[in-house]
Amino acid sequence: MKKLHLIATALVVGALLLGACGPAAPAETPVPTTPPTQAPTPVEPTAVPAEPFRVAVVMPSAINDLAFSQSMYDALLVMQERMGGPDSFEIVYSDSMFVIEDAAAAIRDYASQGFDLVIAHGSQYGSSLQEIAPDFPETSFAWGTTLDTFGMPNIFAYEARSEQGGYVNGVVAAALSRSGVIGVIGPIETGDAKLYVEGFVAGVAATNPDATVPTVWTGSFSDTALASQAAQTHIGAGADVLTGTAQMVVGAIGVAQESNVLWFGTQSNQTSLAPSIVVACQVYHWEVVLEQMIAMIQAGTLGGESFSIDLANGGEVIEFNPDYPLPADVNTLAEEAIQGIIDGTIVIPITTS
Amino acid sequence: MIQDLLTPAVLTGIAYSGIKLATPYLYATLGETIGQLSGVLNLGVEGMMLMGAYGGFFFTLRTGDPWVGLLAAILVGAVLGLANAVVTVTLKAEQGISGIGFYLFGLGMSELLFRMTLGSVETVSGFTAVRVPLLGDIPVVGDLLFNHSLLVYFAYLLVPLIWFLLNRTTWGLKIKSAGQNPAAADALGVSITRVRYATVTVGGILSSVAGASLSIALLNVFQQNLTSGMGFIAVALVYFGGWSPLGALAGSLLFSTVNAVQNWIQVLGIPIAPDFALMLPYVLTILMLAVPFRKARQPVALTKPFERGEG
Repeated sequence: MKKLHLIATALVVGALLLGACGPAAPAETPVPTTPPTQAPTPVEPTAVPAEPFRVAVVMPSAINDLAFSQSMYDALLVMQERMGGPDSFEIVYSDSMFVIEDAAAAIRDYASQGFDLVIAHGSQYGSSLQEIAPDFPETSFAWGTTLDTFGMPNIFAYEARSEQGGYVNGVVAAALSRSGVIGVIGPIETGDAKLYVEGFVAGVAATNPDATVPTVWTGSFSDTALASQAAQTHIGAGADVLTGTAQMVVGAIGVAQESNVLWFGTQSNQTSLAPSIVVACQVYHWEVVLEQMIAMIQAGTLGGESFSIDLANGGEVIEFNPDYPLPADVNTLAEEAIQGIIDGTIVIPITTS
Repeated sequence: MIQDLLTPAVLTGIAYSGIKLATPYLYATLGETIGQLSGVLNLGVEGMMLMGAYGGFFFTLRTGDPWVGLLAAILVGAVLGLANAVVTVTLKAEQGISGIGFYLFGLGMSELLFRMTLGSVETVSGFTAVRVPLLGDIPVVGDLLFNHSLLVYFAYLLVPLIWFLLNRTTWGLKIKSAGQNPAAADALGVSITRVRYATVTVGGILSSVAGASLSIALLNVFQQNLTSGMGFIAVALVYFGGWSPLGALAGSLLFSTVNAVQNWIQVLGIPIAPDFALMLPYVLTILMLAVPFRKARQPVALTKPFERGEG
C-alpha cells in the first residue's frame, strides 16, 4: 500500500505543479514576439540598433480581458510598432497576476534581469514596488493608476482621467435612455473605476436631471457572475442603458445583449463582444504616456514624474460603434461634451477619497 | 427605505434571479452530495466547473449548437470524475489535498486552453429561455418558474430524481452504506470501489455541467476563473444542506436569493454599505454551518479510503 500512496502523492504534486504553472509563472510566460534568433542573420549595420529597449509589464488580469490589462498590452504593441518592431522594442509580460505576492516576485525578477522599464499595472502593486524599487536604482519602474511616485527617482506614475470619458458616455446614455433609468456596475469604489462612475453620473445629470443612475458595486474586479446578476437586477428595475468598468463586465454585456439593452464601455473597446448593443467605449491609449516615459528614460531620467491620459492629450478616445445608428443630434451632444472637457468649459465634480 | 424591497416588482425580481442563479450551485452541490454520501470528499469541484465551463463554451462556439457543448461538458466531467476516482478510491490519496490539486489543475488548464484556442473573450448563443406551454402563461408564477433555459429546468428536476435514487432504490442504499459503514457493506457483498467510482464520476459530471450552465446558459461568455469560488461555496452548501438533495436545493436557493437581495439593496439605493450587503450570503452560510445538529448527519466514512479488513 505504501507504493500506492507514493504514486498518489506524486500525482497530486504533479497536478499541483501543472495548475501552478498557469497564472503564476512569470519567467515562463511566452511572449508573442519573435523569439531571439539563435544564429543571427547578417544585417545592415545601420538597420537595427545594437540594444533593444526592453519593457516588462505585470498585470492583474489577462492581456485579452477587453478591459484594464488589455488597454496596456495594446498600448505596448503600438509602441513596439512605432519603435521599429520586436528587434528594437522587446515586450515581456506576466498577466493574471491577481496574487500580489506573485506579482511582486515577478517585478523583482524582471528588475534583476535588467529590463529598461518595468511596469506594475495595478494600484494594488504599489506597496510592493515601494520596497523593490530602491534595490534597483538603475531600473526604471512605472505604476498606475495613481499619481504617487513615492518621491523616488526611478518610479513613474500614471493615471487615467476616466471621469472625462465617463462624462461623455453619461451624456450619450442619458440622451438615448427612454426609461430614464441607467444602471452602473462597478467593481470596488476606488481608482479609475470610481472616477469613471462619478464622471458618468455627472454626465447623465447634466443631460437629463430627472434620470436615475443606480450603481451596484460587486466587490470584485473579476467575478463575471456577480456582474451579470447586477445587470439583471438593473434591467429588472427598469434600466434600458447600462455601463460598467473592470474585466468582470463581460458578464453584464452578455445579459445586456440578451435583453437588448444598450451598453457603454470603458478601458478597452468592447464592441466586438456585442456589436448590436454597444454604443461607445472610452478607450485608454497608454502609448501617450509610455512615449513620454521612454523618451525620458532614454535621456537619462528614470522616474520621479507622473502622467495622466485624458481626452485633451489623446490618451483617452471615445470610440463609437460604427454599426450603431447614433442619431445626429446625440452625436453633436457627444462632440460638444468632448470639446467642453478639452477646453475646460465643462468641469466634472469629483469627490476625493 | 427598506420597504422599497417589498414591492411586488422587486420581490418577483429577487425570486426570478434567485431561482435562475441557483442553477450552478444546485448542479455542483447535488453532485458533491452524492460523492460525500458515499464517503468521498471532492474539493476540486471548482476546477471541474471551470473545465466544464470551458469545454461547453468552446464546443458551443465552434458548432453553434449548445447541445454539443453540453455533451462536451458531460464528457469532460466524466473524465475528470473518473480521474478523481482513480486518485481517491484506487490510489487512496488524501482527499483534501488531491481535491486542491484538481482545483488548481482545472484553474490552470482551463485558462491555458482558453488562451490557446480562443485568445479573447467572446460571447456565444447558448441555451435560451423556453416558456413552458400553459404553465408559462400563469400570471406571475409563469414568468417566475416556467420561463427559464433548459439547463435551469434540468437542475431542478435533478432534485426529486436524486432524492428518489438515494431514498427509494437499492443503489441509494449502497451509496449511503459506503459512506456510513463501508466494512459492513463490503461484508454484505457491496463493492465499495464500484459504488464510489460511480458516485465520484457522477459528481465530476455534475460539477462540469454546473460550470457549463454558466458559460452556455446563464452568462454565455467564458473568461479565466469564470466561476470565482462557486465550487467552494457548493462544497459548503453540502454541509449546509445536511447531505440531502432537498437541503442542497434550500441552500442553493438561499445563497442565490440573498445575493439577489444585496443587488436590489444597491439598485434601490437603500443606505446599507455595499460591502456589508455583499458579505451577507457568506455570513449566512457560516452561521448555518455552525448549527450543531447538521454535524450528526455527516457520513462517518467521509474522506476515509476503504481498506478491506481495516474498518
